[in-house]
Amino acid sequence: MDRMLNVMTVFSILLLGLVLASVRRAHIRVEYSVSWLAAALVLLILSRWQGLLNRITTWLGMSDAPLALLMTAGAIFLIVLYRLSLMISHLKDSNIALVQRVAILEFRLERLDEKTKAVS
Amino acid sequence: MKLLILIPAYNEEGAVGGVIEEVHAVLPGVPTLVVDDCSADGTVGAARQAGAQVLSLPYHLGLGGCVQAGYRLAFELGYEYVIRVDGDGQHDPRDIPRILSALEQEKCEMVIGSRFMDGAGSHTNPARGAAILFFRAVLRPILGRPVSDPTSGFVGTNRTALELFSRTFPLEYPEIEALVVLQRRRFRFLEVPCHMRPRKAGRSTITAVKSFYYMAHVLLGVFVNVLKFEGRRK
Repeated sequence: MDRMLNVMTVFSILLLGLVLASVRRAHIRVEYSVSWLAAALVLLILSRWQGLLNRITTWLGMSDAPLALLMTAGAIFLIVLYRLSLMISHLKDSNIALVQRVAILEFRLERLDEKTKAVS
Repeated sequence: MKLLILIPAYNEEGAVGGVIEEVHAVLPGVPTLVVDDCSADGTVGAARQAGAQVLSLPYHLGLGGCVQAGYRLAFELGYEYVIRVDGDGQHDPRDIPRILSALEQEKCEMVIGSRFMDGAGSHTNPARGAAILFFRAVLRPILGRPVSDPTSGFVGTNRTALELFSRTFPLEYPEIEALVVLQRRRFRFLEVPCHMRPRKAGRSTITAVKSFYYMAHVLLGVFVNVLKFEGRRK
């Protein structure tokens, strides 16, 4: 059990470091790093605070604390992925509207150019 | 009456010019707008050479996004009717007057050219044929009436539907979902017989392998649109 919790601690610290480094290099925007940082922190706390992990294990009706931790980690990352899907969908909708608007403006600009040339 | 013929095209260099010429032969003086979905071939040049105006998308959006761009422009330019004709040559432009006449006389929001009515030509591949049978059964209870050719892209819309579609239009495989979008707003549609021909060039977007993905995707889209249910009049 201890080894499993240690592995989770190392994983959480690595995740924290990776996300912070990505934010520092501007590879991830701050608002999009919040979910990952929160998830890594929760995992770090649970893997180090055995009393809390045991209470969660009992609450989940499980007997194995590492398994409960893995389940919790899975649930957290599912929530993070869901949030990312929301963002991607919003970005895609905005992107499509933007592409259509650019194409329409270009079309109207070309027509305007043609009219101007015809007049002059 | 302001009519626009809308031709969505993606890599249709070999066919789009012929389609435009046929449209101009049937309806002289009616403007044609090709919406080019960022083709890698000479679709834009072929369309311009044949006398069409071209709306060029800066990157590939897929059929729904491409058609919606055309609807948006048509709505902004004040067109009353838009008839969509595929750029691959499958739709016979000689059927356009029948669609237009139904739009004007029946005062419905959308008219679909159906390949399965009144002994019209029924050229379709087996995968698409299976999808049509499946979606006829799915749509019947949702629409409250039968629809013979729910995947037909040969459609005419009036300005009311144009306004709706310029705001909200399904992005992938849009034909079937568009029917549900219309029904949710209590808009009316009508089917008229039309001839479908084998495509002149290029390849269909719906292959046998893709048909399962297509059916699952559209089925989900249909039920999502049913659940949306916005704007129903009591």
